Amino acid sequence: MAVPQIVETPTGDQTEEHLRLGLIVDLDIGFAAVVRCYGRVVYSVALRLAAAPADAEDLAAEAFLRAFRALRGYDAARIRELRVRPWLLTILRNTARNAARDAARRPGPPPAFEPPELAVAGPSPEQRIESELAQREWGRLLRLLPEAQRVAVVLRHVEDLPISEIAQILGCREGTAKSHVSRGLARLRSLLADTEPPGGQR
Amino acid sequence: MIEADAVAAALGALRHTDPPALDDKLFTGWLTAPSRIGAVFVAFTPLGVQFVRSTDAFDSDPGAFAQAYRQRFARPLRPADRAPAGLLPVLSGRRGPTPPLDLSGLSEFERNVLAATRTIPTGETRPYGWVASEAGNPHAVRAAASVLARNPVPLLVPCHRVVRADGAVGRYLFGTEHKENLLRGENTNLDDVAALARRGVHYVGSDTTGIVCFPTCHHARRITPAHRAGFATVADAVAAGYRPCRSCRPVIT
Repeated sequence: MAVPQIVETPTGDQTEEHLRLGLIVDLDIGFAAVVRCYGRVVYSVALRLAAAPADAEDLAAEAFLRAFRALRGYDAARIRELRVRPWLLTILRNTARNAARDAARRPGPPPAFEPPELAVAGPSPEQRIESELAQREWGRLLRLLPEAQRVAVVLRHVEDLPISEIAQILGCREGTAKSHVSRGLARLRSLLADTEPPGGQR
Repeated sequence: MIEADAVAAALGALRHTDPPALDDKLFTGWLTAPSRIGAVFVAFTPLGVQFVRSTDAFDSDPGAFAQAYRQRFARPLRPADRAPAGLLPVLSGRRGPTPPLDLSGLSEFERNVLAATRTIPTGETRPYGWVASEAGNPHAVRAAASVLARNPVPLLVPCHRVVRADGAVGRYLFGTEHKENLLRGENTNLDDVAALARRGVHYVGSDTTGIVCFPTCHHARRITPAHRAGFATVADAVAAGYRPCRSCRPVIT
């Protein structure tokens, strides 16, 4: 899989503190820093929550815009209490649920054909196709999970977030969050057993 | 049976590492540009120009402009280093295509009013009632006027070319003085319009063609004095056997 050189920003308390201060000092500049820091995780989760991968970018952008609108109404005291990453992911989850509900109410056009992105460098076309197939298949399986389990599994095993943060995003207790994760995994395993393992033999 | 570790590892590989540039979708660019009414702040999204205001209105303070922008559009701003193509010539009054506009936050009526206003040619004016009727709602004259009073993109949508039905220039979001200067700069025959209005004339017809126009219409301005006929209303002209001009489309009221 193509893994470009990325600088993964540490998401520790220090980063969060910096982001909060930035938002208090200048909303626009502070928000730009938030997008730089958490754009990757928000987009990555959006890929798993959007109805189709092509909608992920719009979904992530919509979630960030909602966050910005909310921030406009927050005073410094409120921002100081904010845990930025789980707060953003909560907004993302709600945005995705609203989009899913709206889509269910009025069915849209049939899904558009998604051309595969052109390879620039890195793995061979065969490898790329195989990894894309695996990605697509895993995406399809994840989409079969109930929403809370899907969110929990994605946050825990795709994004490696701590259970405490996942519980906050799901708005439940840590024990419940853990059980969402393990039930989701169990369901994924039984779904896998029903189908061929994606991406060939494992 | 697939091992739990294998599932978890496969899920870990789904982690996306190369996100698209969300910044361009989220942030609106802003810059200061010279224009016919002096320096202006301009905000633009990837879709087009979204907001134009004079720097005077904010005492040249970008922070105050950003505040006003956020109030109205609820989006984050960032400074831009280059203007969208075609913006600067149009702001300085040179003829040419208007750059794309982002009017996405507006209602259908607001968009229709702005679209009607964009069709008014340089050097001509139209009354507010004409804009309302072109926008599809002839009774919404006041509503059309308040849409123009809040025009997000003045100069690019030439709301200065919309005037009062009685021949007066009327108000402008940058001030009446600027409105009159802009119109004179476009070689609009304001003095003729005022002189006609004093005699109760608001429409001008040609007795050779039998066509009646607004006095600023380029067809009306070509009529020689000997063949010029003045009317208070379009209805009077129609009663006298004239038909409304198809270019300036005066409304029969």
